[in-house]
This record gives sequence, C-alpha cells and structure tokens, in this order.
Amino acid sequence: MRKYLSFFRIRFIGGLQYRAAAWAGVVTQFAWGFMSILMYKAFYNSAPESFPMEFSQLTTYLWLQQALLAMFMPWLFDSEIFDNIISGNVAYELCRPCDLYNMWFVKNAATRLANTVLRCIPIIVVAAFLPYPYNMSLPAGWVQGILFIVSVILGFSLLVSISMLVYISAFYTLSADGIKILTVTLIEFFSGAVIPIPFFPDSVQTVFHLLPFASLQNTPFLIYVGYTIGSDALISVAVQAFWLIVTLVAGRLLIKRAVKKVVVQGG
Amino acid sequence: MIELKNVNKTFKVAKRNAGFKEALKALFKKEYEYIHALNDVTFTIGDGEMVGYIGPNGAGKSSTIKIMSGIMSPDSGECVINGRVPWKDRKEHVRDIGVVFGQRSQLWWDVPVIDSFELLKDVYKVPEAEYKKNCSDLVELLDIGEIIKTPVRQLSLGQRMRCEIAASLLHSPKILFLDEPTIGLDAVSKIAVREFVKEINKEKKTTVILTTHDMQDIEALTDRILLIGKGRILLDGSLDDLMTRNTSKKTLTVAYSGTLPALENMTVVKDIGGHAEIVIDTAVMPVAAAIAAISAAVDIKDVSVEGTTVDEMVVSLYKEFRI
Repeated sequence: MRKYLSFFRIRFIGGLQYRAAAWAGVVTQFAWGFMSILMYKAFYNSAPESFPMEFSQLTTYLWLQQALLAMFMPWLFDSEIFDNIISGNVAYELCRPCDLYNMWFVKNAATRLANTVLRCIPIIVVAAFLPYPYNMSLPAGWVQGILFIVSVILGFSLLVSISMLVYISAFYTLSADGIKILTVTLIEFFSGAVIPIPFFPDSVQTVFHLLPFASLQNTPFLIYVGYTIGSDALISVAVQAFWLIVTLVAGRLLIKRAVKKVVVQGG
Repeated sequence: MIELKNVNKTFKVAKRNAGFKEALKALFKKEYEYIHALNDVTFTIGDGEMVGYIGPNGAGKSSTIKIMSGIMSPDSGECVINGRVPWKDRKEHVRDIGVVFGQRSQLWWDVPVIDSFELLKDVYKVPEAEYKKNCSDLVELLDIGEIIKTPVRQLSLGQRMRCEIAASLLHSPKILFLDEPTIGLDAVSKIAVREFVKEINKEKKTTVILTTHDMQDIEALTDRILLIGKGRILLDGSLDDLMTRNTSKKTLTVAYSGTLPALENMTVVKDIGGHAEIVIDTAVMPVAAAIAAISAAVDIKDVSVEGTTVDEMVVSLYKEFRI
C-alpha cells in the first residue's frame, strides 16, 4: 500500500509544479463557465417551462463542472504510459515488485487530483460569491452532500479505470490513438460534459442511462444540485459502483493477458 | 546462481514487401515471419561473477536479459535464478535484481533525483537504515552528491546514467543487469561507471551481467565473456580465449618520413604521404619485431597497434559457425 502512496505522492508533487498551466486553466474555465451560463440564460429566458431544472441548479452544475474539470475531463491521458508501452520502457516498470495495474491507476488518479487541487479552489471561491442565480450554491442538503462525495469518488475512479482500458489497448494495437479519440468523444457526449443529460429528450436519455458514461460526472453533479434525489440517487450510485467493478475487472484481466505475452519493443 | 538451459524464443514479425499494392494486400492477408531470437541458449553464471554478454545488434542479448529479469517468458527451456523462475515469481524475483537499460530511464523526469530514490525505497520496501547507508555509499562512490537535488530533465546523459545506476542498487540486489550502460557517454563518465561497477562487484559480491558493444568495457570489467550471435551462444570463455581463437592479425598504423620499402611478413594495405597501414600476423611476426623492422627502414614519427574489434570477431565467428 505504502509504495502506491509513494507513486501517488511523486505524481502529485510533479503535477503541482506546473503552476502556469494551472492559472491558464483557471482563466479558461471561468471564461467557459460564464459563456455557458449566458447561453443557458438565453434559453431559459425564451422558454423557462421547457427547462428541466431550476436555473440556479444549472449554474451550480456548470460551476461544479468547471471546478472539477481536471477530475473528469476525458482527454487527459498520461502520455508517459503510452510512451512506455510503445517504446518498450515498460520493461522498467515490469522490473519492479509492483502490480502494473495498481501503479498506473494510482499515477493517473494522482495527476488528475493534483490538477484539480490547483484549479478548483479559485473557481469555487469566486463562483460562490457571484450574485444569485449565477453563483455556485451549497449541496441541496447534507444527505445530498454525503452522497455527492461518495458519488464523486466512484465517478472519478470509473473514469480512471476507463482510461486504463485505453492504456492497456496500446499493448494490443501499438498505437492507441484511434481508441483514444473514440473514447474521448464517446465520454464527452454521453457523460453530459457538452450538454447536461437532463436537457436531452426523454427517449434519448434512456439510451444514455444504459451506458457507463452517465455514471461519470453526471451522477455526482445531479445529486449535488438536488436534481436526482431519494431512492433515485441511491440507485444511480449503485449503478456507478456496478460499472466501476466491471471496468476494473476487465482492465485487470486484459493487463494480465498483455503482460503474459508482452513483447517489449526496441532493443 | 543463474542457470539457463535450452532456452528458445521465437518472435512473430509481420512482413510485407514495399509498395502501395503490397500495403493494400497486407490489410487483408498478413504474412508473418518467424524469427528465432534465442536458439538453445544454455549457460550458468555463479554468484559474484562479472560476465560480459556481447554480440551484434539483434543477436538476442536483450531477449536474454528480458527473460532473466522476468519481463518475458521463453517458448521453451528452463531458467532458474536463485531458485526461482523469473517470469513465474516475477514480483519476488525482481526484488533480488537491479536493472539498468542504457537507452531507457527509470528516473522520474520532472522531479529531483532524490525523490525518485525515495520512491524506489518504498517500492522495494527497503528499511530506512539500509536505504540511508546504501544511498550515502552510492552518492559518494558515484560522485552524485551535487546533482541528486536537480530534476532529471536538467541532467546531462553522463550524470543521469550515474543516477540510474545508483537507483538500480538502492535495494542491494544480488544480481545487476547492465544493458549498454556506457552507451553515448563521454570518456570520463565511462571510466567512472566502469570503476564503480568493478567496485560494487568486488565489495558487495554483486553478480554483474553486462551487455555492451564497447570493447573497452569488456576489457576493463569482465573476466568471462559470453558471445551470442543469431540467437546462439557462440563462445563462453575469457577475453583471451576470444582473442586468440579468433585471429592473430593486427593492424599497425605508422606515420613516418622516408620511403617505405617492401617488408617481409607484412602487408602494406595503404601508403599515402607518409601514413601507412600495415597488417601483420602475430603468429608469424610479433608486433615488437614488426616495429623494429619498420623503424630500421624508415624514421617512425608515430605508431599505433590495433587488434580486431568485437564486431569483426563476431563476423569471423559467424564464418566459422556458418550461420
């Protein structure tokens, strides 16, 4: 356990070194957040009755999305892992008394968390003090708050374990670029990162909920703003856990098979 | 104790001829070629030995190292290292070995070297006292005290390589695999690395297995040589065995003034403007006698004697073994 904590620490420290990137990220995310809010404001003004949630719920959702972007953005891959697999540097990783899957999982989680820590605080602080209804409000209730924390952890782990499947595919395909682009697009659209899922027509939403991607940012954010409540919230958290287990098991099986027949590239 | 017995490894490599048509054809029907990377490789290395594992590119050196370090499993054959089969007990096995791949890096790119060391300490569960001792010993021996607080990205190759070697020894492994550790290094760093490897082998009785293309590495370090070519062990013996077995020809490069007459038992390969290359067979004509004969005939300004290189030896061994 301790060694994985160390991997986490070294990655976390490494991530904290890029402060200029973090500031640039904060600025971008403010701009993006305001832009989205203005767009939805126009939509709300023209047809408030077809809005699926309160306007203030939506702004909270959008600020959460911006604050936790580094946690849930699908395109953040650790190029080092791809390089390691493709160049054969993975040889070094295999020379360690460690589980490759755990090691990479921890590294990924650490990179994302380091980025999140740097970016989320300024966004949350500023967004919290904006005038109503443009601000980010507190969780809908303390039960919702606790469920949100559980759900954020599950959703975050699920994203990392989906990324793991993309990394592992590099063992099989030599270049994971295709799978990477495909996965990023699927996640972007089906996780509600572009348009929150409640804004889609009901029939389309049914399809969304059959896919694992709705369990990423959609579930925790909707719990936080109080859109998903009561037993629905519990069910959606259970669905997250289900997908997490499925992707974890699949990733572990695939990496085991890959390592067994690994041909380390070059030299 | 390292024992390899009849180890075989075959790779499947996709192959196609050049050209658009062939590329299109390969989309539907792929042709494979089987490459025998290792062919009945058998050898035993005792504890505390220092062995040079040499051979040309693609001979199977790295494949053997990968099998011995548990990264890859062979198709058939046995490999037992300290009582364990590397690829079966990978996690246990790798605790006992240290690996340096000259062309790859195990240090974290964007943090100071010492952070990587701390991480490795936790990875290998090295006790605090042992880590402290190893770390200070290695820092002193490799003279890296000044640079371990610098991020790896700012180190020169020579500095980085010294840190890599230190990193691979923090957990006091019994066996150290060095895969081309001096590749791309300048003379000073090369010598530092060699001195250190010698030291560690003598002091800590670490078994060292070294692959290299650098003949000087072999001369400076190893008593025993394993020569591999096209997946087969061609020769297992000392450096002298290799030299004498192979050829007794030497090349003398002479700078002189005067005119070079025809000399007995010597072949003048090149003679331009006072610089000559002369090949002698030391079995017939010893080097000293040759130089004496030349200096009797002309006024020698400079002379150097070169033996054959590893690659030339391997080529001649290829001819000998007809592979």
